[in-house]
Amino acid sequence: MMDPNSISEINENPYITKNPSSQRSISSVQSIQTTSSTELGGPKPLRYGSVGPDSMRLSTSYRDINEEEARLVYVNDPHRTNSSFQFAGNSIKTSKYSILTFLPRNLFEQFRRIAYLYFLVIAILNQLPQLAVFGRGASILPLAFVLLVTAVKDLYEDYRRHRSDKIENNHLSMVLSSESSNNFQSKKWKHIRVGDIIKVSENESIPCDMVLLSTSDPTGVAYIQTTNLDGESNLKTRYAKQETQTRNLENGDIGVIVIKCEKPNRNIYGFQANMDFEGKRVSLGPSNIVLRGCELRNTKSAIGVAVYTGKETKAMLNNSGAPSKRSRLETRMNREIIYLSIFLVTLCTVVCISHGVWLIKHKDELDLIQFYRKKDYSGSEVENYEYYGWGMEIFFVFLMSVIVFQVMIPISLYISMELVRVGQAYFMIQDDRMFDEATNSRFQCRALNINEDLGQIKYVFSDKTGTLTENKMEFQCASIGGVDYDNGKASCEDGGIEYSSVQVDGVTLRPKMSVKVDIELLNLSKTKDTDEGKHVRDFFLALATCNTIVPLTIESSDPAVKLIEYQGESPDEQALVYAAASYGFMLIERTSGHIVVDIQGERQRFNVLGMHEFDSDRKRMSVILGLPDNTVKLYVKGADTSMFNVLNNSSNTTNKNLTKPTQAHLHSYSSKGLRTLVIAARELTLSEFQHWQSSYESANNALMGRSNLLRKIAISIENNLGLLGASGIEDKLQEGVPEAIESLRTAGIKVWVLTGDKQETAVSIGYSSKLLTNEMTRIVINNNSKDSCKRSLEDALGVCKKVKNGVSGTINSQLALIIDGSSLVYVLDTELEEQLFELASKCDVVLCCRVAPLQKAGIVALIKKRTDDMTLAIGDGANDVSMIQRADVGIGISGQEGRQAVMASDFAMGQFRFLVPLLLVHGHWNYQRMSYMILYNFYRNAVFVLILFWYVLFTGFTLTTAITDWSSMLYSIIYTSLPTIVVGILDKDLSRATLLKHPQLYGAGQRNESYNGKLFWVTIFDTLWQSIAVFFVPLVAYWASNVDGSSLGDLWTIAVVVLVNVHLAMDLFRWYWITHAAIWGSIIATFVCVMVIDALPFLPGYWAFFHIADTKLFWMCLLGITIGALIPHFVVKIFVQYYKPNDIQIAREAEKFQDSRVSRQVQIEMNPIS
Amino acid sequence: MNSGTPSSSAGAPGSAESAAPRRNSKRPKYSRFTQQELPACKPILTPKWVISAFLLVSVVFIPIGVVSLFASRDVVEIIDRYETECIPLDSRNNKTGFMWSNADKTCNRIITVTKHMKQPIYVYYQLDNFYQNHRRYVKSRSDQQLRNPGNERDISTCSPEDTTPEGLPIVPCGLIAWSMFNDTYSLSRNNQQLGINKRGISWQSDRDRKFGKGVFPKNFQNGTAPGGAKLNESIPLSEQEDLIVWMRTAALPTFRKLYGKIEVDLQAGDVINVTLQNNYNTYNFNGKKKLVLSTTSWLGGKNDFMGIAYLTVGGLCFCLAMGFMLIYLIKPRQLGDPSYLSWNRNPGGH
Repeated sequence: MMDPNSISEINENPYITKNPSSQRSISSVQSIQTTSSTELGGPKPLRYGSVGPDSMRLSTSYRDINEEEARLVYVNDPHRTNSSFQFAGNSIKTSKYSILTFLPRNLFEQFRRIAYLYFLVIAILNQLPQLAVFGRGASILPLAFVLLVTAVKDLYEDYRRHRSDKIENNHLSMVLSSESSNNFQSKKWKHIRVGDIIKVSENESIPCDMVLLSTSDPTGVAYIQTTNLDGESNLKTRYAKQETQTRNLENGDIGVIVIKCEKPNRNIYGFQANMDFEGKRVSLGPSNIVLRGCELRNTKSAIGVAVYTGKETKAMLNNSGAPSKRSRLETRMNREIIYLSIFLVTLCTVVCISHGVWLIKHKDELDLIQFYRKKDYSGSEVENYEYYGWGMEIFFVFLMSVIVFQVMIPISLYISMELVRVGQAYFMIQDDRMFDEATNSRFQCRALNINEDLGQIKYVFSDKTGTLTENKMEFQCASIGGVDYDNGKASCEDGGIEYSSVQVDGVTLRPKMSVKVDIELLNLSKTKDTDEGKHVRDFFLALATCNTIVPLTIESSDPAVKLIEYQGESPDEQALVYAAASYGFMLIERTSGHIVVDIQGERQRFNVLGMHEFDSDRKRMSVILGLPDNTVKLYVKGADTSMFNVLNNSSNTTNKNLTKPTQAHLHSYSSKGLRTLVIAARELTLSEFQHWQSSYESANNALMGRSNLLRKIAISIENNLGLLGASGIEDKLQEGVPEAIESLRTAGIKVWVLTGDKQETAVSIGYSSKLLTNEMTRIVINNNSKDSCKRSLEDALGVCKKVKNGVSGTINSQLALIIDGSSLVYVLDTELEEQLFELASKCDVVLCCRVAPLQKAGIVALIKKRTDDMTLAIGDGANDVSMIQRADVGIGISGQEGRQAVMASDFAMGQFRFLVPLLLVHGHWNYQRMSYMILYNFYRNAVFVLILFWYVLFTGFTLTTAITDWSSMLYSIIYTSLPTIVVGILDKDLSRATLLKHPQLYGAGQRNESYNGKLFWVTIFDTLWQSIAVFFVPLVAYWASNVDGSSLGDLWTIAVVVLVNVHLAMDLFRWYWITHAAIWGSIIATFVCVMVIDALPFLPGYWAFFHIADTKLFWMCLLGITIGALIPHFVVKIFVQYYKPNDIQIAREAEKFQDSRVSRQVQIEMNPIS
Repeated sequence: MNSGTPSSSAGAPGSAESAAPRRNSKRPKYSRFTQQELPACKPILTPKWVISAFLLVSVVFIPIGVVSLFASRDVVEIIDRYETECIPLDSRNNKTGFMWSNADKTCNRIITVTKHMKQPIYVYYQLDNFYQNHRRYVKSRSDQQLRNPGNERDISTCSPEDTTPEGLPIVPCGLIAWSMFNDTYSLSRNNQQLGINKRGISWQSDRDRKFGKGVFPKNFQNGTAPGGAKLNESIPLSEQEDLIVWMRTAALPTFRKLYGKIEVDLQAGDVINVTLQNNYNTYNFNGKKKLVLSTTSWLGGKNDFMGIAYLTVGGLCFCLAMGFMLIYLIKPRQLGDPSYLSWNRNPGGH
């Protein structure tokens, strides 16, 4: 009589609203709704797909699967299954390369980066004999170095993947051997094939996606944990079909079963198939399949048939990498890269034109000039020697100058930036203050290329539930029978423990969490005889039973006491069940057929006769229970909007009398920020029940439109209900949220809250989180039509102007905008967007309630489209995914609601308040470091190129380099790379304490203070001067002397390296020993390298360095260059710091001097005592 | 019906799970490094520091500048430009033609010593406008061949002076060796020969390790277009010091190369007769040729630049120090005063 499949969608999430844009007037009291959270819904509105839009589409069409799109699985006959189709084996391969393919594939992947291609083209150009500027070895060194570093990194990562693949593939599972003796034998995972029958024991991992055939539970239930798949730690229930469950599969008694299922896809919440079983056709849904990577829990064993294996499993199909975004700074940098390219082309043009002029001027003499010798007399005929006419010569000179000046485009910068970001990410991950104790999770950097964006955020879009709040629901108060019972006013600590434990078989059972109880209500619940008491008991019984919670017992430290943990997908339900338990209605056992509740020490067993899942149309769920006294009762719980319509509105007096006060209570609950649910019940007559049962069974066996039919049946029975009461559940604010929001707002960041909650709840959370204050002028926009929307916006703008102009000077001029989703429907993607943006940008706070996931993304886009300001979205649920992906920076809270948000995010963390250290401290540092690093790298490379360029002007424009090939190549690899990377990772302009004390300092990033066009040009002019100083001091000092090219080249090399390193040292904020080591180490390394190069007798510059370093002129040049080149930079720096100090500069000074002042004062105070 | 109820079987794994996080907490290990709290020095440019730095630079630079200037002034340098004067008047329209002819290129010059010159006096030849750093030129050499008698045919980089038309390798090959300077000077004072010591004019390191002791010139300057000096084929390259000096290609287009040393003092007023062979053809590119006699100081040759530069930088820094001092006195600013912070300057401003 009871089909277990009737509760197949048992884990349906009860709080999913339909698209909240459905039109509703929020302001009226009539329309108070439960705090249904759209947050839970979103892109995957339905977990197990029986009633959502997806399955609605499916259920209205025939649930059959297209022949060509189907996969046929012959159960226990993998041979036949695999004969016609080439299904993937179960071995998985997450590794990218094999030994053979590593080299070509890795190179191919690497050269997809444009920067590497530039390198490659330059290196290839250099290999042409006419253009061979650098030696073969030297010219490919930088490219080879970069490729090697990346390849080693890839190799290591791939090695780790290989290892984990190997472990994974060699796991063992019990597989029914079809050929021989029909018993289960262990088999390696990689040998499992589609069609194999697999037996999984408790706590084992599932080797592949399989359809459950039977479980050790007689009703065919299996509990699985999907932590590895979606991060949700709750147990989920899966079912074997009754038809196969009854078979004795252990003995191979199978018969012929054919499963026809859809092609592999990545939807982990959807599955549809048909099973042909002895002529009967049974439909299979997502609740019948267990996925690879899940673990079997609370079930001794489960037997299933493999349908998707290896790379076709849903887990593997969902294995996608982190999103790739590009940082704002990098985008800005590209503009300057273009300037540099133009500059490079200009230099090359100057060289080649000058060369052409020189050639033409000397064209008659070229044949015999000793240093040119156009003619080659060595052969039998006199030929031109490497001369191709002046046109070609000019062209070649152009290409050669590109080769020589190639480092003008700082390719090494890209690699340094990657390294620096890895280092910065390391420090963010390691930050003690961003570690979340509660979830034991560190900060995660999922995107590695937008660290510095964290320092420029202007807008924060935050989800509410689970982000600002903990999403750990706590039962706060109830309205029962029109009476408000508020725990807050009459809470009693002792009372909480009195009834919250139960003796079972000599063991005390206690709920894991206890809720403060209201003594008055507790006493009332114990009285069985009064009407009031009955009402209260009914209410708690409904709380304990009308849900999908599974109780689990856990050992505690005391062997005589066991804890009951309530597992379920909805935190609201958990809170209600814990509350019921505290009042002595303890849910002890739940199977598909019955529920055991301990009612104040008395065990009662209820038969579950039927259950109607939550769905987003009805917004309620119901359960039909067979009570011990043989009556049948229907308990319903749901959102207030949906519940008040199905109450018994006839002249029944009690109901009528209850409705008004209950609604008032609901209104006050929601304005306190509580989430509300309405509970009602009805006794069913036998005929009613029988009628329901027959239609339910026929609907359940229907092949077409099953979920629609089931919903209709649910609606037909859920009516004429008697109101029991309503519950208020507190969604507690996370720790430190008000302080965090205050800090962010002081930092000039606009915080917008986008929530699916209703307006009252959102506003009250707004107050408790200090987002809204009483001084603010609130602008509320709730509209149902485009015209009224337009009017409200115009009015609001008027108010705005009045507040800003009229009362300006007073502090009360802050504005808060509150807008709901139904109004946004008429605003987003219409011409009204512009007005909303104008309004919103004038407001200090914006609160959007009742917004759908896509609207969240739309609001982010509204800002992104119109300003250059950086946006950050933070959320924890699947419904925040679109917003997280749309914003410049997406942050996922790794909290209660699964991992979709984290998977889509760029960074993930445990708590909202970590946003403060993340943005104000790390973001600020990262931005400042990265900006300086980019400017410094431009300078460093340009100064070197300019020195080469100046020299070319003195070589007849022929691109000779005095600096040796090896030194030019090592310049950006060894001589100057390490210090800038170290500084990019470690330097701090201000201490953490200062940054947190003055959040306003964050404004530096918002105003682009560390990297902008002006700074770029200042840097370039500085570069120009410095290159002139480096080049011309030795030139004039050694003019008309007997110095040779190699010696002078060595002087230039050393001089430029010392200069750029000292320049960096001068701009540093903090000197660690590591910085010292890097900077002075680089200079020493340069000396060593130059010495080594000059100690090679086969190079022309043999021993040159030792000769020139022996002269005093060399050292005088070095000192003079370093000081002379840096004087302008130093003077400008002093002037700016002293006369136009920015906030950072003042804060730095304060950090240094006030600390010492304070400590001095302390000393003075202490002296008299001592 | 009760056998598989969750409540009866969930105990063990549940408790194991709740215990697990405590054991392997992911809390980052605390260290001053990971928390970015390493001890650090944070220098700030206070007025005191700035002024001291500038003063320090001027105190160091001005004396060095003065000393260098004196050193440079002490150097006595006589320069005689001769490339035009040494062409007979009637050939001056066609200097290149004269150079190619077999006419006698001997030329006499008279130099008067203006100041006492202490030995050693260095004799240089100076070429202007000669691009010894021209890319075609600098690459045209074979360092392997110069070092090692076995690498005679290592001439791939030497064209167009790699082989004779018959295909025999030239030693030393390449344009540099081919274009070796071949003017010669002989000096006499009061009709008495002034000895020019040509030993030790090149680098010891070059003689020892760069130019092989067993490498002898071969097929050198035998072609149709002799570029410069010929070499004695019986002397190994390591002892051909003129070649070694020449092969150290100059960095700049105006350069000197050491010709030899005079190891006696010259008195002021001494008249020196120079008999030179004007063999080297620089006329096709308007190159100048100069004979230079010069003493040295600790700083090298005569060059006032370093002294002037140091004095300039030192003086500038002194002025800057004074300027900053004035500014700090006139318009002082309390460092780190929070009232200068932008949000404190205009409260409530946006």
